[in-house]
Amino acid sequence: MFDPYVADIDAEALRGLYRDMVLVRRGDRESNAMQRQGQLGIWVPLLGQEAAQIGSGRALRPQDMAFPSYREHGVAYTRGVDFRELLGIFRCTDHSGWDFKAHGFHPYTIVIGNQVLNATGYAMGQKFEGKVGDDDGEATIVYFGDGATSQGDVHEGFVWAAVYDAPVVFFCQNNQWAISEPTERQSRLPLYQRARGYGFPGIRVDGNDVLACLAVTRWALDECRHGNGPVLIEAFTYRMDAHTTTDDPTRYRLSDELEVWKHKDPIERVRAHLARTGGADTAFFEAVQAEADSFAAELRDFCFNMPDPPPERVFANVYAEPSPQLDAQREEYLAYLSGFAEAGEH
Amino acid sequence: MTAVLPQQRTLTYAEAVREALAQAMEADERVFLLGEDIGTYGGAFGVTGDLVHRFGERRVRDTPISELGIVGAAVGAALAGMRPVVEIQFSDFTAQAMDQIVNQAAKIHFMLGGAASVPMVLRAPGGSGTGAAAQHSQSLEAWFAHVPGLKVVMPSTAADAKGLLLAAIDDPNPVIVLEHKLLYKQSGPVPEEATRVRLGETAVRRSGGDVTIVATGVMVSRALEAAGQLAAEGIEASVLDPRTLRPLDAAPIVDSVTATGRALLVQEAPQTGGFMAEVAAAIVESSAFGHLRAPVARLCGLDVPIPYAPQLERAAVPQTGDIVRRARELVTTW
Repeated sequence: MFDPYVADIDAEALRGLYRDMVLVRRGDRESNAMQRQGQLGIWVPLLGQEAAQIGSGRALRPQDMAFPSYREHGVAYTRGVDFRELLGIFRCTDHSGWDFKAHGFHPYTIVIGNQVLNATGYAMGQKFEGKVGDDDGEATIVYFGDGATSQGDVHEGFVWAAVYDAPVVFFCQNNQWAISEPTERQSRLPLYQRARGYGFPGIRVDGNDVLACLAVTRWALDECRHGNGPVLIEAFTYRMDAHTTTDDPTRYRLSDELEVWKHKDPIERVRAHLARTGGADTAFFEAVQAEADSFAAELRDFCFNMPDPPPERVFANVYAEPSPQLDAQREEYLAYLSGFAEAGEH
Repeated sequence: MTAVLPQQRTLTYAEAVREALAQAMEADERVFLLGEDIGTYGGAFGVTGDLVHRFGERRVRDTPISELGIVGAAVGAALAGMRPVVEIQFSDFTAQAMDQIVNQAAKIHFMLGGAASVPMVLRAPGGSGTGAAAQHSQSLEAWFAHVPGLKVVMPSTAADAKGLLLAAIDDPNPVIVLEHKLLYKQSGPVPEEATRVRLGETAVRRSGGDVTIVATGVMVSRALEAAGQLAAEGIEASVLDPRTLRPLDAAPIVDSVTATGRALLVQEAPQTGGFMAEVAAAIVESSAFGHLRAPVARLCGLDVPIPYAPQLERAAVPQTGDIVRRARELVTTW
């Protein structure tokens, strides 16, 4: 059923997907290291979820809209968001750094599950504006994790999307752990089966298989484009690193589990396939590695040289229009700060 | 001194909370905990620690990632005669649970004509200073203090973290306990016994005749630090800590302002609609009004979401130096 959705993926295209995954993993590992070196306040690792993110992200078309949670660095990359633009969020200089409309990639949502309702509303708008119904239709995809499936937001999003036929793909990366809580703490039923109760299709895909993720997401987006949404996809994968750099997974899970999942590493699988089928030679793998190294070096260089925000920025963008009260507080505050400078206290 | 002092030793604020939970659970089978990552993980801020090993998973329950569900279930358990103690991982996440807190927990006793009560405690860490940005750093006490039917406490010391929590667990009403992330690692003397700190009693942390500083949460220790610096300049400040915001014990504040004639009210939360406006009203509506030598002053968080950048985050809420400057200005100008 899904084969036609990846019929166009020849060896060159598969090498492209491999390169995507290697680059985002390298960006992820470099960022994790920079957090450990004190250059980032926090990092949210995607390690192990590259196939789910690259496969689904590459299924999107330019007119589509993606709503991420906070771990979707791979999807961001497929939407043309420069990895460097993600770093402001983690270096504590910015809450979001990209033009979300131009990229079709909404700012990261930190609060668990909130974006599911926002995405549903966005998809309803696509439908109301008549942008759904044929091959050129628009669709929305929203990313969330297994933990978020227990939030009211997600359930209400399912209800609304169902009754309004919203063109939204609910893409759940079930990475098995919501910080310390296993998926059994969120559901008795495999998560994809929940869709049935809401009246739309749900499907589980091997989230560590980039081609499977690409095929299933293309199918689901096509359904939505043609007005047959919504669709729930459960990408069954594994969070190989911590929830964030503030977390220590050795406190609650066994290393045996990680060892098992290492055998399903999404990048190694494609590498083995390419090598075995002659789809890529050693020179290709070395070139990708060299590109990843320079990608990481550029990332570090950019990160180390990011400017700190000026103090008056604390008053910026609290409201859409200028606020006399905040203008007054800003003036008062800047005068207060200049008082320190005059008194030599700074 | 011949009085026998209760046995005390130094604990961190987080350890004091844990000890209160343990003692409450030991004393009363009905007390149980529910929250996210409070079991094996020991809580996002390590507060519940090893309690799951001591009391088992039945009484230290890791819940689905579902704040509305957590509070709704706690309300139901309380109605059934249990004494649930909820941990909401960050106080910001109470936004997810507000319907159950405001429209159920706070109203049930009233709407059932007293036929049932909701003896539930909701603990949640608030406050900025940890680089956790706008959605994980708020000080939301005014939201809860505005709701009749709820009680609201903000412990500022390790001893109060224990004593107020024990009193909250005893209380037949829903009590919101707003802990502070920056205080969890601060240490102080804590009684070994399960000593209660009664709800609704303002603490006088320091006495001085020139200015009354009223502060809550992490601002209490900053106010005390500021008072120390002011004393070196010859300015004597009283520092009062309401501890319970609802019901507010205003009498000690009124008495202190009557004596000093000057009031500086310090909160971390943004100024507009903040709890210190209520304290200011309590002062000017009282007999202290006639004793005021200066306008009542507030020193609050800026009216902005808590910024992410560390230097902006610090700028957005009062620091010790700001309290010193504002108090000095009050005393020297008026």
